Amino acid sequence: MGFGPYLLLASLEGLVTAAVLALTALGLSLVFGVMRVVNVAHGEFFMLGAVLAWGVSTAFAGHPAIGFTAALLVAPLVVGAAALLSERLVLRRLNYDPEATIVATIGMLYIIQQLALTFYGADARPVQPPFNIRIPLPWFGFSGYKLFVIFAAIAMMIVTWFVLTRTKIGLVMRATQYDRETAQAFGIPVDRVYAGVFALGAMLAALAAVLIVPIQQAHYLMGRDPLLLSFIVVIIGGLGSLRGTVVAAVLIGLSDSIISMFYSPTLAKMLATGLVAMVLVFRPQGLFGTTAR
Amino acid sequence: MNGAQNSSKVVLLHLAVIGVLLAANFLLPEYHRGVFSRVLVLAVFAMGYNLMFGYTGLLSLGHAMFFAAGMYGAGLPLYHLGWGVPLSFGTGLVAGVGVATIVGLLALRTTGVAFMIVTMMFAQVFYLGSLYFTTWTRGEEGLVLNQQMRSIDLGGTAISLSDPSTRYLIALALFSVILLAILKLVRSPFGRTLVAIRENEERMRMLGYDVFRAKLSAIVLSGLFCASAGAAYAILFGYVGAGFATIQYSILPLLWVLAGGAATTLGPLIGTLFMFYVIDYTSGLTTAYLLFVGVALILLVLFFPKGLLGTIRERWLPWLP
Repeated sequence: MGFGPYLLLASLEGLVTAAVLALTALGLSLVFGVMRVVNVAHGEFFMLGAVLAWGVSTAFAGHPAIGFTAALLVAPLVVGAAALLSERLVLRRLNYDPEATIVATIGMLYIIQQLALTFYGADARPVQPPFNIRIPLPWFGFSGYKLFVIFAAIAMMIVTWFVLTRTKIGLVMRATQYDRETAQAFGIPVDRVYAGVFALGAMLAALAAVLIVPIQQAHYLMGRDPLLLSFIVVIIGGLGSLRGTVVAAVLIGLSDSIISMFYSPTLAKMLATGLVAMVLVFRPQGLFGTTAR
Repeated sequence: MNGAQNSSKVVLLHLAVIGVLLAANFLLPEYHRGVFSRVLVLAVFAMGYNLMFGYTGLLSLGHAMFFAAGMYGAGLPLYHLGWGVPLSFGTGLVAGVGVATIVGLLALRTTGVAFMIVTMMFAQVFYLGSLYFTTWTRGEEGLVLNQQMRSIDLGGTAISLSDPSTRYLIALALFSVILLAILKLVRSPFGRTLVAIRENEERMRMLGYDVFRAKLSAIVLSGLFCASAGAAYAILFGYVGAGFATIQYSILPLLWVLAGGAATTLGPLIGTLFMFYVIDYTSGLTTAYLLFVGVALILLVLFFPKGLLGTIRERWLPWLP
């Protein structure tokens, strides 16, 4: 294989990463944008989704597609419920103070991680993909499931975009994001919007995780990388900008995959993290974001 | 005069704490003496963190970088170049100050949440760097500094730092120096400036203070103290590894300072000691010690945001520094 096919393979793999990353980062961006809460436990919601996906899919015998579909429905719901619970029990009592919520979500991170280790164990466990098709390309066969992941993520992004910009729920969320007090004065139940947004953010992460487990296996430490990468995406894309999130995810996914293939994964992460820190330092509103209020 | 009276009371209290710790060297059983020497070094790390987080109000999530800079700054020349202990300790400090200056200059352009994320990311770059240069750092596996490297030659007699008593006394000496330095610092006009910046940065700027310079000085000093802890850890315990540069080691000093009481001079020591023994005890009962750390963080931030000493100061002893 020459240079071109390698680049194509790296790009395809990068798009898969980007798809999953965009969903995860979208959850983080929503929570950050609407509630002004930096959810450090976001990666653990991702991990929880993957672990649950393993649990649910192994509980169903028969064709792997049945178990996978069940996981796709159950895992996000359970994770959303867990997020709702932690929002009610902890974040609301802290009155969404930015620094206190960071410390509290770090606490959640440890709790979820330890619970996963205790009840799930330290092994990485695979989940059967719902179907096994190889798409023949002239140089290599590419997994049909990976293509499905890309399309599923695009579909989810379109649904989210539609909800955010074309429905009443989206309007209420945007109103809360824009001005909490005024929204409250107009009778928007800000409290419930916050709880809903936090649960929704976690569910998006869980959904992304269910999509990735047939490729990556479920492991109790798997939340660390998505968390950092999502931070990177949210910052580069700019807060609350859906378009920015997608563009940044594609940018990060592709560059990570291509640099990893031709140099080393560690170097790829180093460059991405360092560059993003610089973006934040010199252009705090992100590449696509509007200036913060 | 009340002020002078309080001042001598404060100095006496700190000297008494150092005295008790000195006596502990001769009274503690072997195991606990080992724990205490580790805690003393880590408390220096926590004190350095406290200067920035507690007194200046800059919440950093990247302090493992400063600790690890000291650790690698001291450990690498000691291991690869065979430089002596004092010189290596010095290079550790220089590394810490250098990293802190660069990070401070860049990160201080941001505030609030962005500041935390930027510090966390710089620390992550540092951690990944320690993995990337595995040839010299051996990554997660780390370098073990043997006993010969860790001895000081004093006019013909070699002092071995792996001896428990020597180790304890050196850890205590470092702790005492930093404790008294921080005590002096926070009671000086500079320390007052930092607290005032924490309370109302805009007002300080309007009053004509150079806020940026004060904050940068706080970061550099914090980097220096944390690096001294890292360098001491490498030299006293003979291990240098990337594990100490992970995010977890940025979060631990936050936990210790929160537990002991932010913006108190002795809080970091109490917090470190308390959390160390709590984890030591619970890990004997269960392997799920992370669960405990998590619950502790949430409970502290929910019900006990001032920490142990902070609460004592608020209720009973308002003169505590």
